[in-house]
Amino acid sequence: MINFIGVHKWFKKLHVLNDINLHVTQGEVLVVCGPSGSGKSTLIRTINQLEPIDDGRLVVDGMDLSDKKTDINKLRAEVGFVFQQFNLYPHLSVLKNITLAPIKIRRTSKKEAEEQAMTLLERVGLTDKRDAFPSQLSGGQQQRVAIARALAMNPRIMLFDEPTSALDPEMIGEVLSVMQDLAKSGMTMVVVTHEMGFAREVAHRVVFMDAGTVLEEAAPEVFFKNPQHDRARQFLKQLLSPMH
Amino acid sequence: MCPPHPLHHTRNSKRGLDVLSYHFDWSIILSGKYFDWLVSGVKVTLQLSAAGIVLSFLLGLIVAIMRMSAFKPFRWLACIFLEFTRNTPLLVQIFFWYFGSYKLLPEAVNDWLLTQNFEFAAGLIALTIYTSAFIAEDIRSGVLSIPKEQMEAARSAGFSYLRSMQYIILPQAIRITVPPLVNQFLNLAKNSSLTMTIGVMELTYQARQVESYTFKGFEAFTAATLVYLALSFIITFLMHQYNERILKIHMAA
Repeated sequence: MINFIGVHKWFKKLHVLNDINLHVTQGEVLVVCGPSGSGKSTLIRTINQLEPIDDGRLVVDGMDLSDKKTDINKLRAEVGFVFQQFNLYPHLSVLKNITLAPIKIRRTSKKEAEEQAMTLLERVGLTDKRDAFPSQLSGGQQQRVAIARALAMNPRIMLFDEPTSALDPEMIGEVLSVMQDLAKSGMTMVVVTHEMGFAREVAHRVVFMDAGTVLEEAAPEVFFKNPQHDRARQFLKQLLSPMH
Repeated sequence: MCPPHPLHHTRNSKRGLDVLSYHFDWSIILSGKYFDWLVSGVKVTLQLSAAGIVLSFLLGLIVAIMRMSAFKPFRWLACIFLEFTRNTPLLVQIFFWYFGSYKLLPEAVNDWLLTQNFEFAAGLIALTIYTSAFIAEDIRSGVLSIPKEQMEAARSAGFSYLRSMQYIILPQAIRITVPPLVNQFLNLAKNSSLTMTIGVMELTYQARQVESYTFKGFEAFTAATLVYLALSFIITFLMHQYNERILKIHMAA
């Protein structure tokens, strides 16, 4: 589904992605973790070309991102992206946030798009908020709407860039449980997160990044029990007991 | 060329300089021929303002989008346009289009314009172009104030750059741009009076005309002033209504 082959990226002189080789299969849930500045957000943003790569090959859902002829808008329609800051459209109601892209890009009829939106809102538990505006929702609710908005395009892949990092602690659970349901339904997912509980329970594989490289790549039970690198061990120790 | 100032009469009269002897006569402009002149002037001013507001907004929008485009020649064109129109006096631009459009525009367009109201067209073109430059910059600053994540969200959904602008960025930016746009629209409505210099028979022209025929300049221009005030209040009121209705509901922080 997603194939990184020797991918490099630089921000000016900073080597943010250094020889990334990764393969994500259909239906797989991949969790990417690592300290801040390790390049994990950049990595996930290359998958729908919010950040173009500088070297190597990146093939997503059969489309080669290194090929200039690839229709990037077509690819993006197939890949859902969930942001840390939700990024809902503030001038549109919840319902319109969800139906805008299906109606304008997929040419779905308004009625059909709205029916689908209501199904999705039910799935994320927010049917009563259909006419609300984003500013009237809590962070957790906004993020669940953002997930519904991404799902409305029937994407083949879902990308999550630290989806719970901007949330109050009591709202993290509601977002994670929506993501867990999604994973169970067989969606291909790449998730950048510090939620190690989610990684342990839901991920099929965990990738640990540091300084632009993939240091470790393992099943969660292996990664959490017995990390191979000092850097990963340190990271986990800090994350699990931040007070030491 | 100018009709004599009413004070000249008083000054030259036997009583010497006696401003107070000016005899107000409002009835002369409140009915009959001169009233009709003023009303026809109001109509032309309203037409100029309404058409100017719509056209300058559309042109401003296009220039703003070109100015922000990733395509360099568009950016340059927009910059040149902005520099020329913002840095030359409106009066000069009005004369420029009045005398120059004959050379610049295609013959077919000129022939058509001559069958229409040529002065009106030249005035409208000048007002539109002049105002659009300011509107473009206001819209651009509105767009720049929208967080870049909005564009990312739109692009991630699969919208092209232009569609993202159309559905996501501009609707938000224009709401922010409403207050400065009101200023530009007010300026346009007031600036429309300058078109009298090329013979557009708008309100100021007619007030002047009434003055020439009746020497009742004070009355005529008082009437004109009140009409301009009312027009400005109407524009401000409409934009305020727009703000209340759309901005408050949709962008409640």
